[in-house]
Amino acid sequence: MRIIYIILKKEFLQIFRNKSMIPLIFFMPVLQLLVLSNAATYEIKNIKFNIVDYDQSHFSRELISKFTASNYFVLNDVSFSVENSEESFKKNQAKLIIHIPKDFEKNFRSQGLSGVQLVINAEDGSAAGIINNYALNITRDLNIDMAVESSVMPEPVPMINIDYSNWYNSELDYITYMVPGILVVLVTMIGTFLSGMNVVKEKEIGTIEQLNVSPIKKYQFITGKLMPFWFIGIGELAFGLLIGIIVFKIPMLGSPLIIFMLASVYMFVVLGMGLLISTLTNTQQQAMFIAWFFLVLFILMGGIFTPVESMPAWAQAIAYFNPVAQFNRAMRMIMLKGSGFKDVLPTLYFFIVYASVMMSLAVWRYRKTES
Amino acid sequence: MKRFLAFVSKEFKHILRDYRTLLILFGMPIAQILLFGFAITNEIKDAKIAILDFSKDNTTQEISNKILSSGYFLLYKNLSSTRDIEPAFKEGIIKEVIIFEPEFGKNLEKSKLANIQIIADASDPNLANMLIGYTSSIILDYQKDLLKGKTLPPIINTDIKMLFNPNLKSVFMFVPGLMAVILLLVSAMMTSISIAKEKELGTMEILLVSPLNPLQIIVGKVVPYFFISLINYIIIIILAKYVFLVPITGSIFLLILESVLFLLTSLSLGILISTISNNQQTALMISISALMLPAIILSGYIFPVENMPLPLQVISNIIPAKWFIIIVRGIMLKGVSFSYIVTETAVLAGMTLFFVLLSIKKFKIRLE
Repeated sequence: MRIIYIILKKEFLQIFRNKSMIPLIFFMPVLQLLVLSNAATYEIKNIKFNIVDYDQSHFSRELISKFTASNYFVLNDVSFSVENSEESFKKNQAKLIIHIPKDFEKNFRSQGLSGVQLVINAEDGSAAGIINNYALNITRDLNIDMAVESSVMPEPVPMINIDYSNWYNSELDYITYMVPGILVVLVTMIGTFLSGMNVVKEKEIGTIEQLNVSPIKKYQFITGKLMPFWFIGIGELAFGLLIGIIVFKIPMLGSPLIIFMLASVYMFVVLGMGLLISTLTNTQQQAMFIAWFFLVLFILMGGIFTPVESMPAWAQAIAYFNPVAQFNRAMRMIMLKGSGFKDVLPTLYFFIVYASVMMSLAVWRYRKTES
Repeated sequence: MKRFLAFVSKEFKHILRDYRTLLILFGMPIAQILLFGFAITNEIKDAKIAILDFSKDNTTQEISNKILSSGYFLLYKNLSSTRDIEPAFKEGIIKEVIIFEPEFGKNLEKSKLANIQIIADASDPNLANMLIGYTSSIILDYQKDLLKGKTLPPIINTDIKMLFNPNLKSVFMFVPGLMAVILLLVSAMMTSISIAKEKELGTMEILLVSPLNPLQIIVGKVVPYFFISLINYIIIIILAKYVFLVPITGSIFLLILESVLFLLTSLSLGILISTISNNQQTALMISISALMLPAIILSGYIFPVENMPLPLQVISNIIPAKWFIIIVRGIMLKGVSFSYIVTETAVLAGMTLFFVLLSIKKFKIRLE
């Protein structure tokens, strides 16, 4: 016990002596949380659009006013050539062109069928999909208005009324959604990098030899090495949660205790991963690269920025074994939906198994003797 | 010159000997582009839902079948009461509940109006939006079938033309960002760490007392990473073009010139970081928090800059990757000529110059 205590003391001294690391460990995550949670949004507002109106009729103006009156669209430019209008796509000035052909109104009145063309800048596929939906809603509305106006509903037709509600985040607020995910990213990154680079640093500088010839046992060494980062990780999570709740007014429907219980096991998964990496590598550069490689995979496939449901079946199956995905899911469940202990129990079991596997692998790989 | 070449070849040997890092350096871009191309899409697949059917008649059965056979949804369970909804959501597996009112089929036939309620788990707002959109369009489709053969009011057809990316593939959007991130990672992060390493191990002293002048040392350190980045970059372009069929509509020559410019920006950033950090961990932490994360989040790589709050839009202007991504998207997807990207190019060139001057000012020939 005394030995562990002494190693702990040494580690903490080393961490806090490194003046340039302290702000990075403590302030950067806060800054990141503040910036990232605001930046990560798929919410699309103020879509700039151009109009090419060859018809210039009462009817075409009605269509245009429907667009300008909606909250999503802002008029950018009016011109008389689709080619010229498409130039503004290249200059990144507009995202949508509404092209109204000649005889737009006439065809509607005489043939009962008329067309309008929407040209969408689809560089960003998902944004283009959303713009398309908004625009279609507006033309659908116009169609309904016209149908009512001309009152040619000959007989009542069967209608299905769809009523929808968004539970747990009725305003579809992205910050509420992002903060739990970003906390997961921060805790994971800090844990993996700090633990991954730590042992390897002793190797690289050569001080590992001094530790190896000392009477320190394997388990004491590893406990002493990991505990500081465990505390830093948990402390950071607590701090991040406080910021989330106070600054961003994120709901905390579930119990914070359950979060910390999960997090305390999750930290061992993360630290175990870092430690395993550092036993497999010889330089900090290697360790950092391998850690970065796996973290990017875990984070991108963790359902934090894009939903797991948007991945193909094989990727969804892999996501099940991704600790980042599991923790992210659990965080959102507890914070936003108020899920209880019973709901996250499978995740907890998963973490316990994962952490034991990682730790045993790391301990097994760590050798005092030179190979 | 000969001395300099000897130094460069030493650096190359250092890097090439470390096969683990090398493997990751080349494996990373490949893994990421495959991931974006195959695993991250804009479409929902197999989202798990629950159905609460109070009516249990033929119509509701037909609608449920239509929804479940679309490939977007998987039935996780049938609920029997409204009290089951909340616990089902809390379990965290289902993302949507579809509720049919009692006597649904009868209502539709007799009073011509029947009600469906869709409840989505909006703790993921994006997903909730998509799920509701998919479900309602399937239901509207069903309704349209009912209307067949009836006289319809006059209608405006909407013809949609998706420019630059007709199939709305997400990989089109990610490739330019991926290029920026990989170039930054290899050039800025690797350079800064490798110089910081010489300082940490004390070998910087040996280099500084050698007949090489400081400028040669720095340039020599940078050259190998320049080439590695370039090779990586070419791998990304080849994969993007031939595996994921991302077009290169503009001039490839211009694309490469602009990329070399961005490479120089990244390398100068790497040098700058190494002048202000004394050990590898500091260099790593600065690279990640000041370079990588902003380059991923604030550059428009994943999240469009124009949707962000105004202060962040302003901040995003100091991130080199943002300008590079605009340039690459312009050239690759929209086929723009140089005249469209003069401003962006000038900004990148200006930043590079600034970083180089700052590094020269900060560079210390003597160790403290």
